[in-house]
Amino acid sequence: MTVRIDQTRCIGSGQCVLAAPDVFDQSDDDGLGLVVITEPPADLLPGVRDAVDRCPAQVVSLEE
Amino acid sequence: MTEAAVCPVPHENRTHPLGAPAGFEEAISNGPVKMIWPNGVEAWVVSSYAGVRQVLSDQRFSANKEGAPEMRTEGEQILGVPQPGNMNVMDGEEHLRLRRPLSRAFMVKRLNEMRPRIQEIVDEHLDAMERGGAPADLVSSLCLPVPSLVIAELLGVPAEHQELFQATAREMFGKNGSKAEYEAKAAELGEVLAKVVVEKKASGATDDMIGLMVNDTDFDMDELLMLAIGLLAAGHETTSNFFGLFTLTLFEHPDQLAVLKHDPSRADVIVEEMLRYTIGKLGGAGLARKAVEDVEVDGVTIRAGDWVTVSFHANLDETLCPRAGELDLERKAVSHLGFGFGPHQCLGANLARAELQILLRSLFTRFPDVRPAIPVAEMDFREDMITYGAAAIPVEW
Repeated sequence: MTVRIDQTRCIGSGQCVLAAPDVFDQSDDDGLGLVVITEPPADLLPGVRDAVDRCPAQVVSLEE
Repeated sequence: MTEAAVCPVPHENRTHPLGAPAGFEEAISNGPVKMIWPNGVEAWVVSSYAGVRQVLSDQRFSANKEGAPEMRTEGEQILGVPQPGNMNVMDGEEHLRLRRPLSRAFMVKRLNEMRPRIQEIVDEHLDAMERGGAPADLVSSLCLPVPSLVIAELLGVPAEHQELFQATAREMFGKNGSKAEYEAKAAELGEVLAKVVVEKKASGATDDMIGLMVNDTDFDMDELLMLAIGLLAAGHETTSNFFGLFTLTLFEHPDQLAVLKHDPSRADVIVEEMLRYTIGKLGGAGLARKAVEDVEVDGVTIRAGDWVTVSFHANLDETLCPRAGELDLERKAVSHLGFGFGPHQCLGANLARAELQILLRSLFTRFPDVRPAIPVAEMDFREDMITYGAAAIPVEW
């Protein structure tokens, strides 16, 4: 289970941070999404799936 | 279908101020439908949850309205072309170049740091409302001034120019505004902002939005002023209208208002449901895109060159959540379309969330008995604005 953000198309909306604050952050340099825990434990996966769904730019992925 | 129905004009045809234009829900009930807009242009209306997400995020639908002045909003028509800094009509890299640097100012953590200050501004206005005594107008005492002060602080513009921001926004979003009136206000605001820009440049500050744009991006002066004016206008007009509409929706749903009052600490989840439901109920179609190639949406083929609009009635789609047509403040937050979707999703969404959460929680905690002083159906709604809202909300407590 690996979490990724395609930074080339990220718009920095921060929806991933709202959905799973333990897994995602935003870069102080450019506001774009960052993955803090690339292989999150099972209890954080619902939040990650929510982030995948909510991301307006559709750049968050969870490879299962 | 052989003949397109005429798209009802939202602001003129609502049978209830918090409901969709008459005939709209029926017209969209069988999937994508072509409607003729008041400007004579024929455009598809897509209103399913999946369909709206597709139209707003698929790059085969372009936001560029070059050569199609009739599809610009009234405000955009007043502005004319070219519009450096109007990222709403840009696609791809051109759009990202302007959008991305602004994201920093709206970062979740940055806005969380602003919450105490937003709370302070809200409390000051609630104090003043209490001192003035009932009845009070919620729009002029809370809905308008709070977002206007907050966006001014976020941008780094002196709050003494608040009246000017509001007047410029009225001209920018007003349907009846003229180019001359808008230009006069924009020029006045431009002078104020140009002074701010010079100060930021001298100090090298990047701790507010204008400082950040001036000292840490490649935006030129025209882009910078357009963006700043746009942010000021969008920053208070939308939030103030929706806070008013939320309050009215709660007045109409006393059982749900009781849910909020019972546990105001759930304001974050409650605001998501208010956004979903209120915006879904208003219906209407907008956010025009042009298909650049043939695309299948909800079982119909939209041809290259066709105009497509979306309706946030999609927020009431049962595929999003069960009993989607009901306001249920005990529902967990769902991925609604209240702020749009795709790369153009509302830039200020996280700011609006913070403001709406604090406003809702504070108003009903401070004034638990606040209620409309006249029936909601008798209140005046502003029909001259592209963004829709109550002109005044008389309340007592």
